[in-house]
Amino acid sequence: MGWFVRRVIQSLFMLWVVVSLVFLSIHFVPGDPAELLLSQDGGAPDPLMVEMLREQLGLNRPLVEQYAHNVAGIMRGDLGTSMVDGSSVSAEVMRRLPRTLELIAAAGILSLLIGIPAGVLSALRPRGRFSRGAALAAGTAQSVPVFVLGTLLVILFAQVLGWLPAGGFTPFSRDPGKHLQLLILPAATIAIGLSAIVFRITRASMLDVLPLDFIRTARAKGVPARRVVIRHALRNALMPVITVFALQLGGLLAGTVLVETVFNWPGLSGMLVAGVNARDYPVVTGVLVVVSAFYIGLNLLVDIIYGITDPRVRK
Amino acid sequence: MSRNRGNMTVTQPAEHPLLQVQGLTVGFRRGGQWNDVVRDMGFSVGGGETLAIVGESGSGKSVTSMALMQLLPRDNARISGQALFRGTDLLQLDERQIERIRGDRISMIFQEPMTSLNPVMTIGAQIAESILTHRRVTRAEARAEALAMMDRVRIPSARSRYDDFPHQFSGGMRQRVMIAAALACQPDLLIADEPTTALDVTIQAQVLDLIKELQAESGMGVIFITHDMGVVAEVSDRTLVMYHGDVVEAGTTGQIFRQPARTYTSALLSAVPRLGSMTGNAAPLPYPVFDIDSGKLREPAPRPDTLREDAPCLLEVSDLSKRFTVQSKLLKRTIARVHAVEGVSFTLRQGETLSIVGESGCGKSTTGKLITGLHPRDEGRVLLAGRELGDIPAAERAHDIQMIFQDPYASLNPRLRVGEAITEPLRIHGKASDAERREIAASLLTRVGLLPDMAGRYPHEFSGGQRQRICVARALVMKPKVIVADEAVSALDVTMKTQVVNLMMDLQQDMGLGFVFISHDMAVVERISHRIAVMYLGEIVEIGPRAAIFGNPRHPYTQRLLGAVPVPDPARRHQRGAVAVTELRSPVRPPDYCRPDRRYLEISDGHFVLDTGEDWQ
Repeated sequence: MGWFVRRVIQSLFMLWVVVSLVFLSIHFVPGDPAELLLSQDGGAPDPLMVEMLREQLGLNRPLVEQYAHNVAGIMRGDLGTSMVDGSSVSAEVMRRLPRTLELIAAAGILSLLIGIPAGVLSALRPRGRFSRGAALAAGTAQSVPVFVLGTLLVILFAQVLGWLPAGGFTPFSRDPGKHLQLLILPAATIAIGLSAIVFRITRASMLDVLPLDFIRTARAKGVPARRVVIRHALRNALMPVITVFALQLGGLLAGTVLVETVFNWPGLSGMLVAGVNARDYPVVTGVLVVVSAFYIGLNLLVDIIYGITDPRVRK
Repeated sequence: MSRNRGNMTVTQPAEHPLLQVQGLTVGFRRGGQWNDVVRDMGFSVGGGETLAIVGESGSGKSVTSMALMQLLPRDNARISGQALFRGTDLLQLDERQIERIRGDRISMIFQEPMTSLNPVMTIGAQIAESILTHRRVTRAEARAEALAMMDRVRIPSARSRYDDFPHQFSGGMRQRVMIAAALACQPDLLIADEPTTALDVTIQAQVLDLIKELQAESGMGVIFITHDMGVVAEVSDRTLVMYHGDVVEAGTTGQIFRQPARTYTSALLSAVPRLGSMTGNAAPLPYPVFDIDSGKLREPAPRPDTLREDAPCLLEVSDLSKRFTVQSKLLKRTIARVHAVEGVSFTLRQGETLSIVGESGCGKSTTGKLITGLHPRDEGRVLLAGRELGDIPAAERAHDIQMIFQDPYASLNPRLRVGEAITEPLRIHGKASDAERREIAASLLTRVGLLPDMAGRYPHEFSGGQRQRICVARALVMKPKVIVADEAVSALDVTMKTQVVNLMMDLQQDMGLGFVFISHDMAVVERISHRIAVMYLGEIVEIGPRAAIFGNPRHPYTQRLLGAVPVPDPARRHQRGAVAVTELRSPVRPPDYCRPDRRYLEISDGHFVLDTGEDWQ
């Protein structure tokens, strides 16, 4: 248990470092946020206006005070208000976050369902026909950019075959069927690239584990081949897969922007991009903090899963 | 009970052996070509009988057992012949059928207890798995049976250790777990493939005893695969000698040891280090060399003792200590210390061989690294040829002391030609031109019994024994005064082992080298040493002239160590007393541990024993 508590404390510490870094980087990049915000149409902004805006945003207060205010807000769950329309950043993040998470979760599950069995099968017969075909497919899947892949899927399934809608979003509560239909293509677009990675790691890791002595022991005990592969080999081979998979998922949180754009999916990435374009600092800060928190949380989760699957990690 | 078992318990007439193998040939495919690694092998094992299959590495002894159990990869191995097990030909069974026999009727245990257990499964589950695979029982019943097995193999407090993981067990205990899993279904035949090779000698004795006891209880047949003639003499009724895939000799163990019919067997037996073979010799003596052509043993010519009593000490070590701290992860607090080396003192003279013996974790390798300066020491003085080790610049130190390591496969860089590997120290210290270095490499290769033109080859083109000769040549290149050989012959086959030991003694004769010979192999140590230091838990518990240590061991640990060495003589099999189930103790101590004051008692001239007092009562 001490191990678990230590990992949680470590995670909180990391989160604090991230919050501080985001705060500092925004304040130390050259140029005053208020000035930048007001000078969008080219000419120098009115100094009076700038001063008012600084006052309004609290930018004229000492840095330490701003920092304390910022951290205190985050601890309360308050990420401030948008400079553009004055709406609550927290509320907007909360509205969009589940959509992105849903997209990533669907893509993640799909990629595990494809990648792990493919990796295992291919490791069992590394020179077989299936193995070579899968390696080729994985190489192709990884080298095609997601926006190209997404567009191709839209052309095929929405325009040529007409099986699925091309894009958009309908809340689950309003029309569950429609919601899931709209989810399929963006999730598949992400899953194809992700499953190629899962496939490669699973295959490599299984190839490392299969020649080990304890696999021979299990076979010598008469354990059926299928159980040897799943209970003995795969369970030991999964750890690198979990690590890489979790890091990839964390990266997706802010990286689904292209997919969200192609399929018109109103998720978190869209909000971040809009925030950056509008120089809406509270929005940018808010999204970054939430994304980092998730990333750190995911790492914590990986460590806990590690602890469960590999008893040597606990101590 | 499995269905399978029902059909199989048809009682066989007593004269029918359990397993009868005929014409077994195993080939592997390498680059499109089939290579036979076992040719036309035949043997039989009866119930209650132990058959030993002996041979050096590459003789095909392990491949034979893997082939019988169909554990070789099906697309890369070609197996022909017949292996009748209770009337069923094992080689004709498909995967399903052989799975029902594996672990149920025929079980296996393997060499490496450290890697042969699944690291992410509890040891109880791994034992119970055997039972659940072959019997229709509930989980609770399997658990109860697994616990009973753990008691039978004498794992202390089985109930509380059932849910432990393999990394929480020592090597010897893991091998007990392996045996428990293998015997859980009461097999008719146990195949033990080098089951004690990776274990310390006292632990080996315990595991051998255990296998014998379990065999006596259950009447199973045992096939014991090993390279160790001492172990063969200890356990087997009949013996099969293999060489490069062929059976060269088969017979009862007594007969093979008494009058071997084939020269290879004689050569193998003559190479076996025998404890007690040096009684009456004051100075170390090379091994007799077996001459394959004449079939006779050539005894070494008498030679002058290399030890120079009058010369100044090459090495003076006093109160050497090394502790490794164990820190807590987060706060880096010291939670314990590993007392790897504690208050070690000894001297080494010119032309002298001092052996440091002990079992894993006793600190003998750490001592070797401390006196060569590879590890910084915590306390103590090391005087190398009269100068403090720390004050000698690294370049000069290389001229004084060199090291040879255990694994000749891992200690040569695979991308470096051996000529370059040997002369690398010269290049690093800028001592010789390219042409000179080539000359030196050629002469050193000749010196260690290889050919000068081998300098251009890569390490993978050499056998283990040849590689160790290359490592010896590399240690010699700086013309050191002292060579520390850390388990330098432990990984070698017996014939290679005797050759390298003889080479080291010849070099000592010619160059007056001092050797610190670190080893766990008491029989080799008896051959090569002038003096012996026995280490246990980081301390020297006994030190003295070879004859005194072997003839009059005083410390209980020295006695236990010597008593556990298998005797390569089947006639003396039962002379070794029963070995208690003991674990090697751990040198990990709490941070506030203070070493009690130690006192050495002088038994005779130069023979000292640690007065450990109550620790050993």
